[in-house]
Amino acid sequence: MNRVVITGMGIWSCLGQTLDEVRDSLYTGRSGIVLSAERKEAGFRSGLCANVPKPDLKKLIPRNLRMFMPEEAQYAYMATLQALDHAKIDQDFLDAHEVGIIYGNDSVAEATMAALDKFREFRDTAACGSGAIFQSMNSTVTMNLACLFRLRGINLTASAACASSSLAIGNAYLLIKNGLQDCIICGGAQEANMYSVASFDGIQAFSLREDNPTQASRPFDRDRDGLVPGGGAATVILESYDHAVKRGATILGEIVSWGFSGNGDHISTPNVAGPTRSLELALKNGGILPQQIGYVNAHATSTKAGDGREALAIAQTFGDYRVPVTSTKSQTGHEMWMAGASELIYSMLMMKNGFIAGNTGFENPDEETAKVNVVPETREAHFDMFLSNSFGFGGTNSTLIVKNI
Amino acid sequence: MTREEIIEKVKGTLAEEFEVDESVIQPEAVIYETLQLDSLSLVDLVAVVQYTFKVKIPAEELPTIKTFAQLYDYIESHVA
Repeated sequence: MNRVVITGMGIWSCLGQTLDEVRDSLYTGRSGIVLSAERKEAGFRSGLCANVPKPDLKKLIPRNLRMFMPEEAQYAYMATLQALDHAKIDQDFLDAHEVGIIYGNDSVAEATMAALDKFREFRDTAACGSGAIFQSMNSTVTMNLACLFRLRGINLTASAACASSSLAIGNAYLLIKNGLQDCIICGGAQEANMYSVASFDGIQAFSLREDNPTQASRPFDRDRDGLVPGGGAATVILESYDHAVKRGATILGEIVSWGFSGNGDHISTPNVAGPTRSLELALKNGGILPQQIGYVNAHATSTKAGDGREALAIAQTFGDYRVPVTSTKSQTGHEMWMAGASELIYSMLMMKNGFIAGNTGFENPDEETAKVNVVPETREAHFDMFLSNSFGFGGTNSTLIVKNI
Repeated sequence: MTREEIIEKVKGTLAEEFEVDESVIQPEAVIYETLQLDSLSLVDLVAVVQYTFKVKIPAEELPTIKTFAQLYDYIESHVA
């Protein structure tokens, strides 16, 4: 079995568009959340959202290729450019080796809507335009990036709601561990436009704390009132240890275990048993004791039901050991399909820089969240192993454990 | 709509859509080369003309429209 290591990271996030910017935002507790007048005007119940800048790809990708890329693929391209550069992998290397891609994505709402609006307006399928078919498939990110970077390994999109990119990384980990691939570009992308989350707003899942956007996403806090939608993209480069050493790569961390489970229960309301099995399996698969985990990056999205049940699952798994826990969604909102990958990067930045970013907005626990050790303010902390949870609609759970190298 | 108005509108719209300088859109210039169209982006030419002028260029007519002057002719004869 191969060891699986991380050799590059890249991110396009509301907390910054470079690793250094994101590290500083995490450390200082800067929020990426704003109140959108556009969303209120359009009819949203909550206008809160992450502020994700649009990349300008005009100088990077010719028009006829850019037409195939919806917003989420553009974010993913920027994150992947950074990650490959961070890993010191250039196009010559990609051309000479079989490198794969597994990326999490679970919506193409704006692209689909725009194309079908044109079709209905003109009653003509050609009115959809040339890019529509490629933009409006769920695998748009992997199909675009695989062509742009001329990748010849596995080419797969993982769609598993808000666990999509954690499961993407988990599957890449398994393929490399078992010797089926040497190097895989992994990550997750989330469109940040309002159309992608209009129906989510419609089920009253979003925070209404519009008078204080930066404190609206407050996972684990007693007075949390819903999530805030985010977006962007995050990419990590995974390789076998031997492959990384052979090419002289800087090894940043090692994926030492992966656990996953299904709740087999309600479509939106999580339970405790499913996430607990994901956590326990991750520890068991890696032969890891709870006390070895120095930090838990929780899935907690700032909803009543979700955070409470995750807190119970963590408490049950860790027993008497009060492992430090935060949810970076307090600063980013819920990055959904991107969250598994972005939160792995946020946790890596903390581990490599010796701190735990405070769970902003956490003032008081409730009965359930009091069972875990939520860190409310940023503190210096040395830890060499972390665990990152991602859970999604339909009761899909994924837990990754990463060790410092 | 006069021919001059059609020409101005085509130039502005296609230059923006296909990211070329308006000055390259000359009456006798070949559309496919000037706009760097391939079999897929050709669909965008049809779509943009449809959005802008409410004129549909059927697939069987496309091979007859090679230059911008021919495109202006087609739009002029079909625009409402």
